Amino acid sequence: MTEKEIYDKLETIINTYLPEDVSKNAIQADSDLTKELNINSSHLVDIVLDVEDTFNIALTNEDMEKLHTVKDAIFIIQSKLI
Amino acid sequence: MSKNNSNIRVVVTGLGVVAPNGVGLPAFSNALKKGISGIRFFPQLKTLHFSCQIGGMPQIAEALKKNYFTELQLKNFNSSGILYGVMAGLDAWKHAGLGINKGDVDFDSGTVFGVGTLGVDKFRESIHFIDAGKTRRLGSTTVQQTMSSGVSAYLGGILGLGNIVTSNSSACSTGTEAIIMAYERIKSGKAKRILAGSTSDGGPYVWAGFDALRILPYNYNENPTCASQPMSVNACGFVPGCGAGALVLETLESAQKRDATIYAEIIGTAVNSGGQRNGGSMTAPNAIAVQQCIREALLDAEIQGTAIDAINGHLTATSKDVEEIASWSKALKRKGRGFPFINSLKGMVGHCLSASGSIEAVATVLQLHKQFLFPNINCEKIHPEILKIIDSECIPKQQKNVPLNIIAKASFGFGDVNACIIFKKKN
Repeated sequence: MTEKEIYDKLETIINTYLPEDVSKNAIQADSDLTKELNINSSHLVDIVLDVEDTFNIALTNEDMEKLHTVKDAIFIIQSKLI
Repeated sequence: MSKNNSNIRVVVTGLGVVAPNGVGLPAFSNALKKGISGIRFFPQLKTLHFSCQIGGMPQIAEALKKNYFTELQLKNFNSSGILYGVMAGLDAWKHAGLGINKGDVDFDSGTVFGVGTLGVDKFRESIHFIDAGKTRRLGSTTVQQTMSSGVSAYLGGILGLGNIVTSNSSACSTGTEAIIMAYERIKSGKAKRILAGSTSDGGPYVWAGFDALRILPYNYNENPTCASQPMSVNACGFVPGCGAGALVLETLESAQKRDATIYAEIIGTAVNSGGQRNGGSMTAPNAIAVQQCIREALLDAEIQGTAIDAINGHLTATSKDVEEIASWSKALKRKGRGFPFINSLKGMVGHCLSASGSIEAVATVLQLHKQFLFPNINCEKIHPEILKIIDSECIPKQQKNVPLNIIAKASFGFGDVNACIIFKKKN
């Protein structure tokens, strides 16, 4: 799976959890999910579950601790897909 | 008990309801006047070998949910009690002419929104994950959907409420108690406005315990709309229901300042318990306590029993209906033709458990505001023991348009708990 393919799927997942006043266009590779995109921190666990289902991978608690930005997510997903 | 000396007056300025026989105030009002039953047969209950395979459950289209919840809130959402409660609560808020506050928190407004059990279906879903060793798959919203205060937490967040945000629980008197708690807080000067109400989950996992208790009718699975028969000689158990009712309570001053329509005034209330003594038990009321509760509400309202024009009873359609009539008669010191009109909503919607008090309070306020009595359905033949106490004329079987000034509403619940409210037409 190319990085672009991963990004597109990830963007769809993240979009679901954006607050009403944040548009999909705000999602950038460097965006911090909670601090910049204002996603409720409790929804990070939902994003992880959606990522697991979409990419058929499993994330550990340690993976979750490293997950802050979109780029972090892509890195974690890529490492699991190898 | 000492009388409440506060001179703050508390009025009802908004109503919302999600009932088995009508979702939304217009549909419910229409069903109420016409005596339309909301009791249905549920194939699932038959599959699960319930004795009673009927119940009352609001019918809510998927598209309607989007008027109350965001897409995100509806993701993995599986709590019928929160669904009903938020719908009824937001409807009441809008009915009161209040906007949804997107800005600052409103410290003058709160909610007391009662529950029995909440989020049972979500809890069941979670239990399956947990037992399969997949706790991490629960997602982020299991707690908020299954905590008892879930419904008040949702409402508080959507409306930006900054005063009390809580959920009371006292079995089948929950809804009436919620209104009383809201009334007392406003009366004490600690809040200007409170969204008061209650909700109940429905379905097999809520109703099963009652089925096991053998207190539900089992001979009406092919004839569901006739099953709930309050005050009838054929009363054979209550039909389980669910839903939510909500009332916006506020100070008369606040209501007048914003030129709100006033649907009724609450002039007196009382709650008590029979202590599960003197004939009272976990499941049966102590009649002395019931009478005392009614008397205290009269005292609080500074009225005599003769001032009551009508009663909206608890009257669940069990053998206890006779006892309840006797208690009203003793507490009000009225009998025969001199007894007030009395009706029970449970003939139409069944017993909506923790939601019953609030849904029935909405019906009571509608009756006062529109000056009518809704019909007692399924009561063709009144129980002979009831007729020894009161005249059959007191139990209207058709919608009746009569002048109504004061209606008393009571609810009783497991744990031997009682609650009574005196509603007055706003002149």
